[in-house]
Parts: sequence; C-alpha cells; structure tokens
Amino acid sequence: MKKILNFVLNGQPYEVAVKPKTTLIELIREEIGLTGPKIGCNEGACGACTVLVDGKAVYSCSVLALQVEGKHVETVESLAEGEKLHPLQEAFLDDGGYQCGFCTPGMLMAAKSLLNENPDPTKHEIRHAITGNLCRCTGYVRIVDSIYDAAQRMKHEGGKES
Amino acid sequence: MRDFEYIAPKSVEETIEALSKYKDDAKIIAGGQSLLNILKQDLMAPEYLIDIKNLSALDYITYDDKEGLRIGATTTHHTVETSPLIIEKYSILSEMEHTLAFPQTRNWGTIGGNLCIQDPTGDVAPILIALKATVKIVGPNGERILPMEDFSTDYYETVLEEDEILAEIQVPPIAPRTGIAYSKFRIVDGDAPIVGAAVSFTLKDDGTCLEARIATNGTGPIPLRIPDAEAVFKDKRITDDLIIEAVETAGEAMECIPDIVASDEYKKRVAKAYVKRMARKALSQIQ
Repeated sequence: MKKILNFVLNGQPYEVAVKPKTTLIELIREEIGLTGPKIGCNEGACGACTVLVDGKAVYSCSVLALQVEGKHVETVESLAEGEKLHPLQEAFLDDGGYQCGFCTPGMLMAAKSLLNENPDPTKHEIRHAITGNLCRCTGYVRIVDSIYDAAQRMKHEGGKES
Repeated sequence: MRDFEYIAPKSVEETIEALSKYKDDAKIIAGGQSLLNILKQDLMAPEYLIDIKNLSALDYITYDDKEGLRIGATTTHHTVETSPLIIEKYSILSEMEHTLAFPQTRNWGTIGGNLCIQDPTGDVAPILIALKATVKIVGPNGERILPMEDFSTDYYETVLEEDEILAEIQVPPIAPRTGIAYSKFRIVDGDAPIVGAAVSFTLKDDGTCLEARIATNGTGPIPLRIPDAEAVFKDKRITDDLIIEAVETAGEAMECIPDIVASDEYKKRVAKAYVKRMARKALSQIQ
C-alpha cells in the first residue's frame, strides 16, 4: 500500500504517494524525473547516488524514500542557478574534475557536504570526504584539486554561498 | 526487495507495541545502511518494517561525571564522531567513528543499528567492550542492562527478543591511569575491517595492572572479548614479554573463518599483530 510522503526537493515542496520499498534514488529518478544522481552499485559503496539530506551527504540508494519525511533533499540539480554555475561546478570545469562524468553528480554533492561543514578544508580532508565516492576514470587528483579550488573561490566570494 | 508494510512509531512505547503485535513478522530499521542491502537481496523479507530512524527520543548524547556517557541508539555515527563531548572525554570513540565506513554511511547510519546488525567485523563493539560499556534494552516488561560483550550471540544475531529494542549505550567514566587503543586492518579506506583489536589497561598507583580488556573483531562469529589473555596482566607490571604471552593466549581464542579477502590463518596472524600493537599503544598512553 502506498504512503504519502511530504518533503522538500531542491527547495520545492513535494507531496507524493510512494510504495514503502521505494528507495530515495528511485523516487528522485523514476517518479520525480531528476536524473542527476546516478544508480551505480545500488548498495552504498560507489557514491554516484549521493545527495544531501538536511545538508549532509547520504547514499540515496541506501535510504528509504519514506525516511526523508519533512526533510530537505538536494541533488546536483540544485547547484546551478539558471545558467550560473556553482563555484564547485566551475572549478571542476576549469581544473579537469569532470572526466567521463558518471561519478560527478555524487562527487559534487559529497564536496558540497564537506564545504557545508568545513569551508576551508585541507587536501587531506578533501580526500577523506570523498572516500565514499568512486571514480573509475581514476581522476582523483583532478577532483581533489577542483574541490580545493572551489573552496578558495567560495572564500573569496565572501561567504555568499550557503 | 519484497513489499512490506511501513510503520513509523512516534515513541519508544509505540515501537514496543508494534513489535509486540507483529513479533517475528516485523523488523526494525534505523539508518538501514546494512539492512537495506540484506532486504534488496531478499535474504530477509519482513512483512512489517518498523522505522525508528527519525525517533528523536533515542537521538542524544549526554555525560555526567558519575554515570559517564549515554548515547541514544539512533544517534548517527557522524554525530558521535563530531561530538565535542566525546572528542574531549572518549576521543578513541570519535577516532574510530572517523574511519567507520564512508562519510555518507556515517551521516545516515546509527550507532545502535551498527550493534544490532551484528556484523562480526563491526568496529563499534570491540571499542565499547574495551571501554566497559553496557547496553540498555527496552521491551514490554521494562528495561534490562547487559555488558556489551554479552549482547551478540552469533553472526547477525543478538540477545534481543522479538519485542525488544536496543535503546541506549552506556559508557562509564574512564578510570585514571587508563590507556585505550583500537585499530583495524583493511585494504582500502572505507572498506569493512578484515580484523581489528581494542586493548585497554588501567594501572594501580604502584604501576601494576589493575584491569586489562582485550577485544577483537573479525575473529569469530561475535566481537570477541578474551578474558584469558586479559588475565595474563592481572596485578603484574606490564612488560613486552607479558604482552607477547597475552597475544599467544588471545590467538588460541580466535576462530577466524576464511573468505574472499583472506585465509583464516592470515587473519589470525594479523589479528594477533594488532593485539600486540594496540597493547603497546595503550600502555604508552598511560601518564
């Protein structure tokens, strides 16, 4: 039997009826139609499905949709404002953080979670923050550099980012 | 994953009521970081899933000088990891959480869920055994308190009856002249441990050993406390010879099973090496 779920996705309130066994990634991709977060391993190991719940990175394949009742969920689609890219996205472009692109939505959201908590991370802290995200192109050096660069850009923007 | 009825109780009482009603047909989910994988593989197919993830009554960390630390079962790993109180009073617990699985897992997974799933390689239990922790279990007839080492019974099995939940983890204040160390062996950061060891020593004023605790993970069906190895140190001045004797005794208690990652023999050798290292480290920390 379906249950009613109320939550906020990328700033917009949703009321949806979901089957209890629906995972958050299934709700976001298949019911709501945002295909930014990816289904990779579907068992909480690869990080491609990473989204934020109340500002913190979680594996949306390993969360039941009904568990986000009343919470704020953010996907990679929330980063850009219209045509204006988020500093993380700009830094990934400028520094070669994008390779094939499959891990990118998860990497960006894991990075956002880190920067929410620690706006001025060291490269060691960045590496630790993305331990839960696999890049099979193995482009980790560029990804770490991109996140570091984004943090610097956001610092210089004077805390305009939330 | 099979379909199930979803129940989200608003209190501990409602949770126990639902469990008492549906018994074996129900399963508790908290963060679900292990359980969902089990459900996805249809290794378990409960008719009712009782969700306590958002049960705020079990989400707390408190401390008092007499009673020590109290952690509610649905407190996330991340909250334990970053709690200023735990960093100050029980830094070993925060350090362990910092390396438990992945940031995403720690942000959603709960410390109580980790203990209840009873994965024999779990990081949390051996440290809690070394810290002399107890667990509070709540059921229809009230509460019962058990030592951490008596909570697990077998692979993925605990003492919890079908109408009981783990409500709280209780850690006494750390005695003066105590050193505690934990480390684990794994191939890649974020992987589950292959084996791990936690050791604590408390010394008397004359420098001899008042109490030792040795616990390992990945060395049998449950987190293994090894009293025979602890007894080696009783009332003695701790030397490296004594540590090596205790390590040999500890090895005899281990029942490692081979898996895709390592043979039983290999696991035992590594676990013994970790007991030795952690014993030396714990001793070196005592002022």
